[in-house]
Amino acid sequence: MNTTPFYFKTEFNLVYLLGIKAKNPKELLEGIKIVPESSIYYHTHRFLHQHHYLSPEPPNDFAYWLKNILNLSELGEKIAAVDIVKFKKIEDIRNEFIKILEDYISKGKYIPEAPEGEEFYFKSCTTFVLSTPYVAHNLSEFIEIIDKISINSLYFHIFEAPLRLNKNENDFSEWLRGIGEIELAEKLSNLDPYTITLEGLRKKIKKILSEKICQI
Amino acid sequence: MPNIRDYANIVGQDIIDELFILAEKLKGITIQNINSTSVGGGVAEILTRMVPLLKQLGVNVGWDVIKGNEKFFSITKKIHNALHGLNVQITQEDLEYFLEVNRENANEIPLYGDIIFVHDPQPIALVEKKKEVGKKWLWRCHIDFTHPNEEIEEFLKKFINQYDTAVFSAPVFARKLDIPQVLISPSIDPLSDKNKELPQEVIDSILERFGIDKNRPIITQISRFDYLKDPTGVIKVYRKVKKYFDCQLILAGGGATDDPEGMKVLEEVKAEANNDPDIHIIFLPPASDIEINALQRASTIILQKSLREGFGLTVAEALWKAKPVIASAVGGIPLQITHKYSGILTYSIEGTVYYIKQLLNEPDYAKKLGENGREHIKNNFLITRHLKDYLLLFLSLFHKGDIVYL
Repeated sequence: MNTTPFYFKTEFNLVYLLGIKAKNPKELLEGIKIVPESSIYYHTHRFLHQHHYLSPEPPNDFAYWLKNILNLSELGEKIAAVDIVKFKKIEDIRNEFIKILEDYISKGKYIPEAPEGEEFYFKSCTTFVLSTPYVAHNLSEFIEIIDKISINSLYFHIFEAPLRLNKNENDFSEWLRGIGEIELAEKLSNLDPYTITLEGLRKKIKKILSEKICQI
Repeated sequence: MPNIRDYANIVGQDIIDELFILAEKLKGITIQNINSTSVGGGVAEILTRMVPLLKQLGVNVGWDVIKGNEKFFSITKKIHNALHGLNVQITQEDLEYFLEVNRENANEIPLYGDIIFVHDPQPIALVEKKKEVGKKWLWRCHIDFTHPNEEIEEFLKKFINQYDTAVFSAPVFARKLDIPQVLISPSIDPLSDKNKELPQEVIDSILERFGIDKNRPIITQISRFDYLKDPTGVIKVYRKVKKYFDCQLILAGGGATDDPEGMKVLEEVKAEANNDPDIHIIFLPPASDIEINALQRASTIILQKSLREGFGLTVAEALWKAKPVIASAVGGIPLQITHKYSGILTYSIEGTVYYIKQLLNEPDYAKKLGENGREHIKNNFLITRHLKDYLLLFLSLFHKGDIVYL
């Protein structure tokens, strides 16, 4: 059994403007094809960071723009429904968006233009990862710390590991598996973090872990 | 002046702890801010607050101001207006003088920073020194860059492209540039007079002073008396709502008494109000922050029906007070309001009327919008987020890649 302590990290994003904008679905498609991976990542995860108090299902930026600015409800819904959690690579998410948009455009459907100033502005981000002073040596310490860490720290361990750091599961599950808590690891792995607020997620994780402690 | 630790009660200790963790990574690096004035104007106001807070976080930060005479500042004012898209005549001679003053300053100001952080166009050409002195150079554009005059844009671009990174306040201001462009929105200070909590007695006494009835709905727009803020449009909105609700309207704001256009707008607004006792037109002198704070806190709904807007921080101020806000989707406002989540975005008088009626009829929904708005401002538009972005910006000059481990 692994006895390595869990070192909590945290993250911050610096947002870049790419100077690329789209005023209709065709230009959105062109943009999605050429922007860096970090841009696709940013636009599918920004809502989680900036609107983490809102529930349920924060949309991605593309879906929000199509639906609320261009009034393309059906297309917006299709883009919003892309199940980010099932993808292991950002390139695959990009390709899914491309497929949906190409399908829409090839059918000769309505192509509206955004009003001036409300075009889609492509952005990207650099993620800075830093250590925090929090270290858990066992399950009870871990539960205690879950309450103290920032939303940014929770976000890093849950979202970044599987999608951007090429790991099979989130950091918490990986560690729990390592200390022999297979069932807990599975439970946390099966959460869909995209359909819950970050504070809601914190509560849920705490509840799952606390139940285990009570059983002991 | 508040201490950085005072903000923990508002944003949480975890956020302040993280600022210290980030600041620690800048140990040994000096940041030198350079702008064109130490008092007056938005940039000086921001630096006055940010520099002491950065110091308290342990960052080595300085602030220097360039020198210029009346002629120089009349040229920079013309450049400012041209960047706002106004049709102004700037001669070759003007531009040469602008450069001459910048070069004199470049020779006089000791460039002691490892990072030279230049604010706005006035000192932009200091970057010519970069070849000689090296160092990292940042240019922060605080102004609306949506429709710049092309010639001036081209003139400035020659300098902007010499910097390591440019910083803009809203995505609409991004240009095609050779260097990375960072998005850093402005912020409000929750502990300033304009935004701090106020006792109910203070709010009540200010309402009484202005003859406003606290028992009937109050619709408010806080802004300068300026055509671009569409105050007469706001009165038209009020009249349409008034048919259904016994409400009051407050139009409050400052403006320089020597600004002939401001006075003209004020007169037109008064004429449009036509002595309606429920329309309160309040011309506020400078340093009326407590009054603005109280009027916002007393309001049922806050409007920002601007036709053009730089960033529109009055929206953030209103949302911070958990007020339901209805605003135009211009400038930086869409960054602050996500339609139907944290406020309402409208495009016309009719749309604004429709949503005011809805919010007055559905106070629970209005309350939810205000609460979401406050949470959104707390997470994204307070000075602590601004500090975090600056720290990251400084660090970004020394680290490349999508994911950086520090």
